Amino acid sequence: MITKTVADVQTACEGVKNNMTFMLGGFGLSGIPENCIAELVRLNITGVTCISNNAGVDDFGLGLLLQKRQIKKMISSYVGENAEFERQMLSGELEVDLIPQGTLAQRCRAAQSGIPAFFTPAGYGTEVAVGKEAREFNGKMHILEHAFKADFGFVKAWKGDTAGNLIFKGTARNFNPNMCGAAKITVAEVEELVPAGTLDPNDIHIPGIFVQRIFQGEKYEKRIENLTVRTRE
Amino acid sequence: MALDKNQIAQRIAKEVKDGYYVNLGIGIPTLVANFVRNDIDVEFQSENGILGMGPFPYEGEEDPDLINAGKQTITAMKGASFFDSATSFSMIRGQHVDLTILGAMEVAQNGDIANWKIPGKMVKGMGGAMDLVASADNIIVAMMHTNRAGASKLLKECSLPLTGVNCVKKVVTNLAVLEIKDGAFHLLERAPGVSVDEIKAATEGKLLFEGTVPEMVF
Repeated sequence: MITKTVADVQTACEGVKNNMTFMLGGFGLSGIPENCIAELVRLNITGVTCISNNAGVDDFGLGLLLQKRQIKKMISSYVGENAEFERQMLSGELEVDLIPQGTLAQRCRAAQSGIPAFFTPAGYGTEVAVGKEAREFNGKMHILEHAFKADFGFVKAWKGDTAGNLIFKGTARNFNPNMCGAAKITVAEVEELVPAGTLDPNDIHIPGIFVQRIFQGEKYEKRIENLTVRTRE
Repeated sequence: MALDKNQIAQRIAKEVKDGYYVNLGIGIPTLVANFVRNDIDVEFQSENGILGMGPFPYEGEEDPDLINAGKQTITAMKGASFFDSATSFSMIRGQHVDLTILGAMEVAQNGDIANWKIPGKMVKGMGGAMDLVASADNIIVAMMHTNRAGASKLLKECSLPLTGVNCVKKVVTNLAVLEIKDGAFHLLERAPGVSVDEIKAATEGKLLFEGTVPEMVF
């Protein structure tokens, strides 16, 4: 059996350098690789390009790297309520490539599966299409989009085993499975790491072949961005 | 009287039919779920990865691993499923979702929509909106008829960066229900007590209607 386990987050992040391109899973603050982000902050590497649907909030998630000006460029679909992200983007301090969310997911998936490019209707006729090849299929216009290229992919799963197999939970799944195997090195952090053979092979969402390094995160804050509840009647 | 946001949502809920899979955008569209008849079967899709989205959780039962596209804590209905983002957009791009309801800053008489950016001032990002409007056959825009400054949001041409072209077929505002076809807004229904003249005055784009325009029924 091939073992993917590394001792800790420090070992998992070995080899990250300034000016690299990273993919980071998560939607909002749900399913973000908290431990890896903390390590990237600690290492203080700079000039990085981050492919991630969002950039966290001002003081959590990728917002922590934005605060310290470690990010040169963000490739995202939604800025949302991150005031520091919006400020750095409007002032021109931060390069931002805003792309449709489905295109973001598919560019990850294409990188994962060896497809160099694909056509999608999303963004046709908008500024997203500027400079891109457009072509008609079945009477409808589409634009050409390319697979991402990244140095490291940081994903977060619920459970994983020492062979690198992953299981995700709820909507914390989001972009994480699509980013596995989409970068040169995929680092998976999990809430619970178990010996290979413990998880039922039927339940595996992502096979270990897509993961190079796996470790159990020391702690998970799992902050809620927008708490909404109803009252009991 | 012009409708409030809840009444806009209530009117749109009438467009939701039995057996529909529905994607709701952020804002007024989210409220639509509160008004869907409970004698029909409808499943709500949220593009971050759930089909069968339920109401907000009871206090203390919230789960950080269970949110909607607005990052709000939610619950899952019986029969719900979770999936990754690529699968989510396969549902959307592949036209498996029956109805898309979203907000807009501007809509044009040819069906163009703008809702993600005000150059130099505000950039929220398009999120999943560009994928949704490019692929969905059945799109309803929920919005106020005019902006805060009183200017029409139903225009000859959009002035803001576009989200999609020639895609909106129906608009429900605080004043009216309108269909977009052949390069014009066709006035179908008025909000109770709102006159055709008031709607005309608030619509910059080409507005057409036939005979007496009925009031909305809820």
